[in-house]
Amino acid sequence: MIVIVDYGVGNVASVLNMLRKVGAKARVSGSAADVAASDKLILPGIGHFGHGMRKLAESGLVPSLREQALVQRKPILGICLGMQMMTRGSEESGVAGLGWLDAFTRRFSESPGRRVPHMGWNSVRPAAGARLFDHQAPEPERFYFVHSYFVQMADPADTAAICRYGDEFTAAFEHDNLFGVQFHPEKSHLFGMNVLRRFASA
Amino acid sequence: MNELFNRVIPCLLLQDGGLVKTSRFRRPRYVGDPINAIRIFNDKYVDELVLLDIQASRTGSDPDYDLIARIAGECFMPLCYGGGIRSLDQARRLVASGVEKIAVNSPAIDNPGLIAELSQEFGASSVVAAIDVKRGLLGRERVYHPGRRRSTALDPLRHAQDLVARGAGEVFLNSVDRDGSYSGFDLGLIARMSGAVSVPVIACGGASKLADMRAAIDAGASAAAAGSIFVFYGPHRAVLISYPDYSSVQELFR
Repeated sequence: MIVIVDYGVGNVASVLNMLRKVGAKARVSGSAADVAASDKLILPGIGHFGHGMRKLAESGLVPSLREQALVQRKPILGICLGMQMMTRGSEESGVAGLGWLDAFTRRFSESPGRRVPHMGWNSVRPAAGARLFDHQAPEPERFYFVHSYFVQMADPADTAAICRYGDEFTAAFEHDNLFGVQFHPEKSHLFGMNVLRRFASA
Repeated sequence: MNELFNRVIPCLLLQDGGLVKTSRFRRPRYVGDPINAIRIFNDKYVDELVLLDIQASRTGSDPDYDLIARIAGECFMPLCYGGGIRSLDQARRLVASGVEKIAVNSPAIDNPGLIAELSQEFGASSVVAAIDVKRGLLGRERVYHPGRRRSTALDPLRHAQDLVARGAGEVFLNSVDRDGSYSGFDLGLIARMSGAVSVPVIACGGASKLADMRAAIDAGASAAAAGSIFVFYGPHRAVLISYPDYSSVQELFR
């Protein structure tokens, strides 16, 4: 069972529907018991980093999630803000992140030709061996992005896919059991379904 | 940015739980059931959907939360919703029900501070300043107030700049005069708006064919939206929900 963590932030309905569409068993829950009983977890989220961290703290799920992520080492997929919250912190807020891996969330600088937020469909280039991506795709896989901040990895080897928006940035990370995607698979129709299918069977 | 794919966006209008299409913001004509339409657009791998409740804008009623949640849950593409959002609490309910982006039009004219509130909570990426533009008798462009159904004294570019400064991450620019007219986009307005703000501009109003979308992008829009061409078909404008094949949209921007 994949548990989609409900802490009052993010579009959990479409994540759930898409997981079901690809045949995965999934449910939405904000209970620590369900989190503990899960096989895999998805941490969704959109919006402001500080707000997301506060809501997650209010949910009381942080210790349980940390246990699943770092001790039980269950596969956890952070989506968009969910990915960013797994880092040590963000330039968007003074609130500390979960800090599950050595990474930090930074803001895109505005430059001629680069509008912030980065909003829309963009293609990604997977790193060798990245488990959530198709390495034989005839054309690059494309995903829907909506973000002004991106995750910077301390260890480049943790980057699972690169996207280019003016400069290259980490579109996905993979560190042992921890996965993060900056894009929204649940809003990336065919390509997003493939990512969730691979996570469900990873 | 050439690496960012341009978006071709169906813009659907909601009224009484059904989809309608207007012409110059008048004469709403019923074109179908929203859930059915979403499923068609899902199968066509549509880049994004914009859903505007024109009734909620006009009457000041609440968004139809249940219907919007059902629509968002069906959408495997990003959904931008507008209509009847006057408070942070309303926007919270919508975001929680799966709406990716919140578009605010009339309430941002009456209370521009709402944009800042929404942006603080959801991030600029999720807040869309929807601006309807109407030309006066002397051809002067003014912001149109869809709630009051009349033009304001506001200059569209300045209004957009103000809302972007307050935290809007995108401008949805609609032309009242071109709505449902099949006369092509207002390319001059699109170019001026794109030059005036640092955030992406979605152009809407007037598309009659796919080539018009390309022209809007070339004029500076980050995305082009349309209603009529995705809900009507043929010279007699029979109702037919449709969307071009993935490959022809790709080809358009090549």
